[in-house]
Amino acid sequence: MRRNKWFTWLAMLLAVVLVFAGCSKPKESTGGSSEKPSAQDTLVYGRGGDSVSLDPATVTDGESLKVTKNIFDTLLDYNDNDTSVKPALATKWTVSEDGLTYTFELRQGVKFHDGTDFNAEAVVFNFERWANGNEDKFPYYGSMFGGYKNDEGHVIKEVKAIDDYTVQFVLKRPQAPFLKNIAMPPFAIASPEAVKKYGDKFGEHPVGTGPFIFKEWKRNERIMLEKNKEYWEKGYPKLNQLIFVSIPDNSARLNALLKGEIDIMEDLNPTDLKQVEGNKEFQIFKRPSMNVAYVGLTATRGPLKNKLVRQALNHAVDKKAIIDAFYAGQAEVAKNPMPPSIPGYNDAIQDYPFDLEKAKQLLAEAGYPNGFEIELWAMPVPRPYMPDGQKIAEAIQANFAKIGVKAKIVSYEWATYLEKLAKGEADTFMLGWTGDNGDADNFLYALLDKDSIGSNNYTYFANDELHNILVEAQTVSDENKRNELYKQAQEIIKEEAPWIPLVHSTPLLAGKTNIQGFHPHPTGSDKFTKVEFQ
Amino acid sequence: MIIPVLFGMSLVVFFMIRAIPGNPAQVILGQKATKEAVAALTHKLGLDEPWYVQYVKYIGGLLRGDLGESIRTGAPIAEEIWPYLAATLELSLAAMLIAVVIGVNAGIISAWFQHSWFDYIAMVLALIGVSMPIFWLGLMEQWLFSIQLDWLPTSGREDVRNPIEPITHLYLIDTLLSGNTEQFWQVVQHLVLPSMALATIPMAIIARMTRSSMLEVMKSDYIRTARAKGVSMFWVVYKHSLKNAIIPVLTVIGLQTGLLLGGAILTETIFSWPGIGRYIYDAIGYRDYPVIQSGILIIAAIFIFINLIVDLLYAAIDPRIKYN
Repeated sequence: MRRNKWFTWLAMLLAVVLVFAGCSKPKESTGGSSEKPSAQDTLVYGRGGDSVSLDPATVTDGESLKVTKNIFDTLLDYNDNDTSVKPALATKWTVSEDGLTYTFELRQGVKFHDGTDFNAEAVVFNFERWANGNEDKFPYYGSMFGGYKNDEGHVIKEVKAIDDYTVQFVLKRPQAPFLKNIAMPPFAIASPEAVKKYGDKFGEHPVGTGPFIFKEWKRNERIMLEKNKEYWEKGYPKLNQLIFVSIPDNSARLNALLKGEIDIMEDLNPTDLKQVEGNKEFQIFKRPSMNVAYVGLTATRGPLKNKLVRQALNHAVDKKAIIDAFYAGQAEVAKNPMPPSIPGYNDAIQDYPFDLEKAKQLLAEAGYPNGFEIELWAMPVPRPYMPDGQKIAEAIQANFAKIGVKAKIVSYEWATYLEKLAKGEADTFMLGWTGDNGDADNFLYALLDKDSIGSNNYTYFANDELHNILVEAQTVSDENKRNELYKQAQEIIKEEAPWIPLVHSTPLLAGKTNIQGFHPHPTGSDKFTKVEFQ
Repeated sequence: MIIPVLFGMSLVVFFMIRAIPGNPAQVILGQKATKEAVAALTHKLGLDEPWYVQYVKYIGGLLRGDLGESIRTGAPIAEEIWPYLAATLELSLAAMLIAVVIGVNAGIISAWFQHSWFDYIAMVLALIGVSMPIFWLGLMEQWLFSIQLDWLPTSGREDVRNPIEPITHLYLIDTLLSGNTEQFWQVVQHLVLPSMALATIPMAIIARMTRSSMLEVMKSDYIRTARAKGVSMFWVVYKHSLKNAIIPVLTVIGLQTGLLLGGAILTETIFSWPGIGRYIYDAIGYRDYPVIQSGILIIAAIFIFINLIVDLLYAAIDPRIKYN
């Protein structure tokens, strides 16, 4: 027995030594960025979640596309600050007069990371792959190009290689945002050889032409990319390594940045803005806003069936106060369902002013002089457009109370929340949307058309006049005429008031001061080609 | 007993997770998916089949040693789960080491010097420890030890700029195997804050349990006899008393170790520790049924295993306890 005891003591002593040694050690050597100058060409990007798959065509989540954007290239790419297009793998393009034929001239001498050639055949292979898929395999393809090969709505009739470096798309009918769609990160050109080789596992072995080569993925921890030395943009990328790490909690991520473990963090809490702004070692990056946060007013439920009630609720919310309190001023008041940066935005629309008297008057007119009781669903997860769903819900609850509408705040776990919303179970609910391609269709049709009921039109708002306009706008290729249609659509939406549009927020990122060339893109997917440390 | 318990667990978990509203297909495809996509994926995953068909298929797989495939990643769970489990094991064992060493000793000393200032302070700290929100504690630890004092890293298991080549996925062992002492220290440093946070509650419980158990034993006649014979107080406390007092403490330690395995989610989130708690928690968010089922089953199995060890330890410590 005596020996046992000594063993216990030894173990205890060892443990204590380990703990203390662990505490004191870092002073001597850390292996962190401060001591290894070589770390200055490695950028660590801290984000909230992990990717689902690195095959961009198969995913819809932003965390996946954020990474694949750097492994792959698309035929066209977006400019730095908006969704206007610029050449990428295609250097030039022409559009036929009827808007049905697009001819792309491809960049020559580009190789995939596996050494195979990028050419017209590769482009055709990728589009064939997606068109032969289905909703489950390639979800974005179907939603952006009207379905798949044998579907009636499928926009693309044919993709053919004219010669090695010319590829032609023939459409069944004009599609106004076609070029913007082509530039979306899901439609990145993958190496046909690698796709054949890895099959279903391509998402774990992505091979593209992009500025960075995939190296390693430890799930829930990090994804490591390495410089593509053969990249077609000469002299780029500047970084040697790009590492995406997942740190789920926003405050913990800020701590990791302050400690120097990561170089850039996304989703800075607006309330933490001051702390970072006051520190010379760090800078704030603002992602141009391409989102909207709103309160949906389910048009099929109780008093909300009445347009006057919906208008009254619109008058009752003090949006400015919400922005000051919960967004640290980093948002603008929303009056339309889409942000002002999107072509077709109707700036002539006057928002419902914050006017309690007017709201009460409308309620009385609608037959509810004493208000009513209602549920208000609060978003259970933080998003850049909705940093704290619960607290914002409480603010709106207080606003509603002033006109006699007693809102009961309800919340569910996120997946349950969306499921119940899709079934139309909420009276009023909070939600938001970040645009994919900067096109009005991606907001108005996706969120408020009657076709979208059951998917993203959670308000069950169905208006035939609006529907006709939105469908017409999808095929009009004359930009001005199209914008006119969207402006009309926004007038109808304003009048019918299926939402209380709340804000367009500016998502905040923070990074080290010596980072240069980083321009957060409104779509949320950033290319790190030109990013470097000073 | 183990087999029926696990079987019962599998049944309970199977029905409980299906009682949560939310269709995995919808969740996987995200907010932007169309209805057709959701229907297609639901069918592909076999989720449109009746529950008994799904359950029989699941149990059939389990009996063949097949834990199923993750709906979200498509990878076999048996392959995917080990790195997460290893991360949690490393963290929980480190936390339990801290909890036991500090908790037991604090409890003993408190009992020894009952009503002393040490006793009061230790028990007040223990009370605070039990009721401390881990989330807040974790963030405060990061703020103090990482940012203000610059002693320890804030999060993760390793320095991402100097990554570890996994062999067993238990990084303490991996770095020793590869003989990389610099990385070994890195792993230790990364372990300190999360294991301290995770240790807080069990440490407090163990300290209180040890104290009350010791107080009871120290009132016994044989202790008085030992003192009368002139045995020094130290030996009376650490040898004669502890041996009898440790049995209930051991039970608590066993239970707490089991709880840590599944209950480390908050710690794992704050310290972005890629452990099994977060793996299952994420799976719940994605309604990844096979991962939830198999993950919980594995934790249950470990829990049972730990209890078995505790039972065996009773017999080893106390000769009066014998198993046939």
